[in-house]
Amino acid sequence: MIHSPYIRKPASVQRVMGLVLLALVPGITAYALKVSAGILVNLALASLTAVAAEALMLALRKRPIAIAVTDLSAIVTAWLVALCFPPIVPWWLTMLAVLVAIIVAKHLYGGLGQNPFNPAMVAYCSMIVAYPALMSQWPAAGSLSFDTQLGLILGGARDLDGMTGATALDALRTGLRSGASSVEAVLQGSAFGFFGGRGWEWVSLGYLGGGLLLLATRIITWHMPAAFIAALSLISGTFWLFDPTRFASPLFHLASGGAMLAAFFIVTDPVSGATTPRGKLIFAAGIALIAWLIRSFGAYPEGIAFGVLLMNICVPLIDKKTQPRVFGHRRRDEGGWR
Amino acid sequence: MIGRLFKFHGGIKPDAHKHESASVAIERAPLPSRLVVPLRQSTRASARCIVEVGQKVLKGQRIGEPEGMLGTAVHAPTSGTVIDFGRYTMAHASGLETRCVVIEPDGEERWVEHAAFDAERAGRDASLAWLRDCGLVGLGGATFPSHVKLGKGSGVDTLILNGAECEPWITCDDRLMRERADGILAGARILFRLIGARELVIGIEDNKPEAIAAMRAAAQRVDDPVRIQPVPSLYPAGGEKQLIRVLTGIEIPYGKLSADYAVQCFNVGTAYAVYRAIAHGEPVLSRIVTLTGNVARPGNWEVLIGTPIDELLPLAQPKADTNRYLMGGPMMGFALPRLDVPIVKGSNCIIASSPTLLPPPPPEQPCIRCGECARACPAELQPFELYWHSRARNFGKAQEYKLFDCIECGCCAYVCPSHIPLVDYFRFAKSEIWARERDNTAADQARERFEFRNYRQEREKEEKAAKLAAKAAETRAKLATDTTAVKAEASTATAEDPKKALIAAALARAQAQKASTEVRNTEDLSAETKADIAEIEARRKALNLTAAPPPALAPKAGDPRPDEAPAVEAEGSPQS
Ligand code: SF4
Ligand code: SF4
Repeated sequence: MIHSPYIRKPASVQRVMGLVLLALVPGITAYALKVSAGILVNLALASLTAVAAEALMLALRKRPIAIAVTDLSAIVTAWLVALCFPPIVPWWLTMLAVLVAIIVAKHLYGGLGQNPFNPAMVAYCSMIVAYPALMSQWPAAGSLSFDTQLGLILGGARDLDGMTGATALDALRTGLRSGASSVEAVLQGSAFGFFGGRGWEWVSLGYLGGGLLLLATRIITWHMPAAFIAALSLISGTFWLFDPTRFASPLFHLASGGAMLAAFFIVTDPVSGATTPRGKLIFAAGIALIAWLIRSFGAYPEGIAFGVLLMNICVPLIDKKTQPRVFGHRRRDEGGWR
Repeated sequence: MIGRLFKFHGGIKPDAHKHESASVAIERAPLPSRLVVPLRQSTRASARCIVEVGQKVLKGQRIGEPEGMLGTAVHAPTSGTVIDFGRYTMAHASGLETRCVVIEPDGEERWVEHAAFDAERAGRDASLAWLRDCGLVGLGGATFPSHVKLGKGSGVDTLILNGAECEPWITCDDRLMRERADGILAGARILFRLIGARELVIGIEDNKPEAIAAMRAAAQRVDDPVRIQPVPSLYPAGGEKQLIRVLTGIEIPYGKLSADYAVQCFNVGTAYAVYRAIAHGEPVLSRIVTLTGNVARPGNWEVLIGTPIDELLPLAQPKADTNRYLMGGPMMGFALPRLDVPIVKGSNCIIASSPTLLPPPPPEQPCIRCGECARACPAELQPFELYWHSRARNFGKAQEYKLFDCIECGCCAYVCPSHIPLVDYFRFAKSEIWARERDNTAADQARERFEFRNYRQEREKEEKAAKLAAKAAETRAKLATDTTAVKAEASTATAEDPKKALIAAALARAQAQKASTEVRNTEDLSAETKADIAEIEARRKALNLTAAPPPALAPKAGDPRPDEAPAVEAEGSPQS
């Protein structure tokens, strides 16, 4: 028997995930046009792998396949994996990463809604640890023809010297390490556009636009993007003002790497993130802090993924400590709360 | 106090579907072939039958005497003959039965003698008794006895009349306000005096401009200051707690009564019934019922209490593809398991439903922790946390996350993109916790009785031992005085005897204690306790309370609706 309520809002997981995909389109368009068209190949490859892996796992776990595959959640994961990988990684690396994301990070933990870690970030971190070289070959924006990119993806000879440039973050790190006089000197280099890496500023703008769409459609709330951007700006700004020769500017940090992708699409993953309003602020600010630390002092060029995983661990604690006040109760700790 | 409004968290804006039934005037439903009048109008208000089968009764004649603190009287809704007295199924999600008086109308509608009641002269206590004897209960849905709600006559500053009617489809209060505004206001002023309030506010959702206009016009005609306050249309603005919050900013926590916060809230229909009871001496014999949904002639009817629903439905001409009927609104109502059940004082609406009008929900998917439910929850809970813990039968945790603050409004389930029947899980968890608590209470009581008996036996044994010891000492003393030869020996014996008596007493005590600890084992319950437990079980079964989990928890789900909610629970029901 069916019980009340007998009416439902026309909402579905499919609609939520579909809107997330739609919101990624502006960023992807800018990516394909300004940086590397190879990303489209990777996106397709990742999507196919994800759907196949999802169907396989559902079959193994004896769950209804059709409804779970059509909820589009696997494709969202696939796209996020592809978008944070270099666009010219070999095909098997993309596939392997997606398999890790779907099989290990998602289904071994119990499937949609059960995973404590962000699957795309699990994939990113395991691949950067396992294949650090492949994972840091970013082509300079627009430097490679589509054919060359396709060749690289499909396993052509990887003689990349001279073809790939370092990312802005990489250049910054190596530049500073190798004794360049200051951040500014490094930023004169060819890898950089107006701000952040050349060409990437457009991608970042695309992600920002998509993120605003998600805010407008109430798929995400303002808390996480705002806290992430504010925290990243605040901490990088403080150190930049303190010593601009050693630390990059907030604008640089925001437009580099996947900062915008992270702010609106990765940090905001509902399943593995904090859920209370205050918890969301803490969660996103924590990621920004860890990302900045790793970018500035750590061994990897990009720290957001590690920040996400580390903060994922803290989610139960954050949620528990930030439970909102219940109607009629003066404080959340009134009666029973500790 | 001028119109500052407050907001409550969350809420939803479902399609109102009010116009279907709100555009036609209230009609009087024809006399049915029989009236099944329940003596128990709610879990709280019950009455004792005072008529016999075969007896002729007049319209308005008392047929049930109020029982207990919360009881209210029950009356014959029309003149006729009592043809049966027995258990009949009620309009209830799980087909609860209750004792009913069945009356066959004679069609003459002959009234019992009745006259207006002079509340001013009679005084407060007599007025409350009058309302009780007129069968006055809350007509918004919760059917809480009005004379109890009117309290002690002090300490309430603000009297709120609830005309919000936030549930979709329901328009009985809307029509009542449009057509009988003066009567509602007169009733409100009676309540206002009885409760000793300083301020009278009538809250009406702003999607009912005609009702607001009618009430405003009526307010012009009286001297007392009355605030007719439109409130934003946002479900569940008509929930008692939400309406109080919107109008006064005061939040009534779970388990507290609004009177403790100096506000009290009555439904507009109740106010009208109070007016009829005082100004005309008429008990509650009928109520306005909305018939709507998949019908050709939606509208509102004035229906006698006890009218079988299947005799009422043809008035609205249900369409052919109607597959079930809902009692109450689509947010908090329930599907009627059968239609030969009577309209009672709390029945406000019947919605004919078809698979196209109210389609079954899409299949349940996993929770993605999107937080939509938390953003919609007017109780400011985290429904998905409650869901995780209820599903895992981790009821302690669910309570820690304030499960019982949930008013079961359904907002969370309405917005959930994964189509999880969240409220089913909460009802299930609540009924499980109640069942456990009931068992515990029963066990506690049994244990208490048991311990008391042990204590008594122990005390008796001690007394016996002491008596015996005293007797022994006496005899010895006697012997000692008699026999001079054993004088020396005897003197030591008398010295030892009290000691021996003490030891005996202590031994007896220890034995009694040992006995009591041994039999405290549940295996060895007394027949009395066993009977108690069996009775509780039987009652629970009868009420269908044997926890029936939501579909995900048990494939053959029964009915997880908690039938006998604690008194405070149903009071905030936003059905009004
Ligand atoms: S709305 Fe549904 S899916 Fe979203 S958090 Fe609540 S229960 Fe989970
Ligand atoms: S049913 Fe309970 S948990 Fe759900 S929105 Fe209403 S009060 Fe909140």
